[in-house]
Amino acid sequence: MTADDRTVPARHADPLAPGRELRVLERVERSRRRKARVREELITLAHGAGGKATRNLVEAVFLESFRNPLLEPLGDGAVAGELAFTTDAFVVTPLFFPGGDIGDLAVNGTVNDLAMCGARPAYLSAGFILEEGFPVADLRRVVASMASAARAAGVDIVTGDTKVVPRGKADGCYVTTAGVGVVDPGVRLGASAVRPGDLVVVSGPIGEHGVTIMLARGGLDLEADLVSDTLPLNGLVARLLDTCPAGRVRCLRDATRGGVATVLNEIAEASGAAVVLDEDAVPVRPAVRGACELLGIDPLHVACEGRMVAVLARDCADAALAAMRGHPHGAGATVIGRIADDPPGLVLLKTAFGGTRIVDVLVGDPLPRIC
Amino acid sequence: MRFVDEYRDADTARALAARIEALCEPGRAYKFMEVCGGHTHTIYKHGLEDHLPEAVTLVHGPGCPVCVIPMGRVDDAIHIAEQPDVIMTSFGDMTRVPGGRGSFQDATARGADIRMVYSPLDALKVARDNPDKRVVFMAIGFETTAPSTAMTVLRAEAERICNFSVFCNHVTIIPAIKAILDSPDLRLDGFIGPGHVSTVIGCRPYDFVARDYGKPLVVAGFEPLDVLDSIHRNLVQLARGRAAVENQYARVVPWDGNRKALAVINEVMEPRPHFEWRGLGFISHSALQMRERYAAFDAERIFQIPGGRVADPQACQCGEVLKGVLKPWECKVFGTACTPETPIGTCMVSSEGACAAYYNFGRFSRARVREATRT
Repeated sequence: MTADDRTVPARHADPLAPGRELRVLERVERSRRRKARVREELITLAHGAGGKATRNLVEAVFLESFRNPLLEPLGDGAVAGELAFTTDAFVVTPLFFPGGDIGDLAVNGTVNDLAMCGARPAYLSAGFILEEGFPVADLRRVVASMASAARAAGVDIVTGDTKVVPRGKADGCYVTTAGVGVVDPGVRLGASAVRPGDLVVVSGPIGEHGVTIMLARGGLDLEADLVSDTLPLNGLVARLLDTCPAGRVRCLRDATRGGVATVLNEIAEASGAAVVLDEDAVPVRPAVRGACELLGIDPLHVACEGRMVAVLARDCADAALAAMRGHPHGAGATVIGRIADDPPGLVLLKTAFGGTRIVDVLVGDPLPRIC
Repeated sequence: MRFVDEYRDADTARALAARIEALCEPGRAYKFMEVCGGHTHTIYKHGLEDHLPEAVTLVHGPGCPVCVIPMGRVDDAIHIAEQPDVIMTSFGDMTRVPGGRGSFQDATARGADIRMVYSPLDALKVARDNPDKRVVFMAIGFETTAPSTAMTVLRAEAERICNFSVFCNHVTIIPAIKAILDSPDLRLDGFIGPGHVSTVIGCRPYDFVARDYGKPLVVAGFEPLDVLDSIHRNLVQLARGRAAVENQYARVVPWDGNRKALAVINEVMEPRPHFEWRGLGFISHSALQMRERYAAFDAERIFQIPGGRVADPQACQCGEVLKGVLKPWECKVFGTACTPETPIGTCMVSSEGACAAYYNFGRFSRARVREATRT
């Protein structure tokens, strides 16, 4: 060992490095807030994955052309006065999976998007794009699921459309739904209402839908006793809003494509606050955790179809949690983190190991066509 | 969860961290390189640096198989994928690796049939299920994944699956470590040795690190306590003035490696005279090619491959990052022109790449978060 080896000062050989690193980090965050651009010439699967590429496509292509005040917040639906309106398209493969099928997803997905706006869902539309050769028996099964999901959620499917395309031009059956609902006066939810000190709650264990679909595709030779978590959340939301005084429920989001991580990043970015999660507090069933460990996926990135993230003012959190846990679709509700000031716009995770890391949005997609 | 949680216990980590701190000589700085990208991923994913004293710095090494693939090889693979009746298969990590003409993802959008598989046997299944197509597996990785590629070739031969071939890009770890040690611009105190590679090659091949270069090397597992333990063992050796190869990952790594796996590699593959590593340049005998006897399964002999060398983009400093000379954030384009969604360099693509790990998990000021926790 030479003498000069021993005289190197601590961690950063360059004493100015910590300041430099901070400046680089600031530059990176500025660059992330730059106007979205789509550089690709062709659509790739990443554009549909719900992560950064999807966000860029939505902002640079759709928002750029459609821009209006109702669309601009890019929430789960648009709220105009007392009316909430949303739409969703479903291309899941396989069409039938443990715990549900494309029909359940199509109804629950739109019901939940309305519920996340604080609305009581009322009416749905349904559009079908069918591939030539698709079995009528399968279509009946999908439609029966939709009817029963609509009954369970207390909504009516009141209009629709059907198109058939030649064999090979679609994959069996795609479904689109749109829905309208009524927002009570005084209910205004959104990421901009989030304040430091608020608590972050999930309504139950995460990642079950995504992992179920992954296993149902059969390519992994893994088996687990898991079913999709597809559920209507409107009953749970109604109970939550009834329990908390106006304005104390800040923001609701259903954690579909991109999982809880994506939703929290959107909340952090839109509110300019930080979300700080506690890894030990995030509810993940052992089968989901095991599959995610094996596949190198973070459960926070895996889609749910019947779980929501709620940001609540601290003073109503106890009552809200008790109310949620008293509802069959919120029995597993629990606090997973809090809103903080710093670092602005980022989601941090206190790891079970005692460290800290960022939870970011996924760039690629380990699993396309999940809903 | 068994076999996982016991290696992630925060209290054990804090106890180990205290011993690490006690071993650091006052005023001395220590630099350890984790060779393997899997370790880099673990370090950032669990926030391991929060347990380390200021005096200990981790330097990220070249052991990320995706990161070391040069752009020219990606172009070659895309060229093969664009031939008539070809289905190209590879691991998911390769999907977004940029070549000179875009990535697999871009080629797929242009119409090429490129599929993600979890193992070469899945690729063989694609070949079995598509007898009228030519199915190519783009094989990447160190000695860790080479045995499964070799086994798959033997299986293809036994089953007479003639429409299957391998585009072989397997590399070997020892020449890369030697290149790092010979690099004049980096001074290291010791190594966190690669775990998965060592399950195949064992611990003996690292002897030269201790013998010829006088550095400790501790082969480590992939849970965060494994990595912390390996740092501790490095420091114990330094404190005692020793330099030896140690096996922290004995629950998985046999000292002599896996002879069967080595024999299978040797049956199907042989060292290449030289191979280009991204950032490190050409290193002799640092990669594997298919032996003549398995020419029928060698995509490099079946297809006309352009084999061009594509220079890395000028702004890209992956080479310096792979050698541990630069921290990810010190690269000129880190996080601005080069991000996980629009990567310029490979280190930003793979989840094991140092830049991607730092960007995805470590892109915040630890000092400020510590400060906030204290108050």
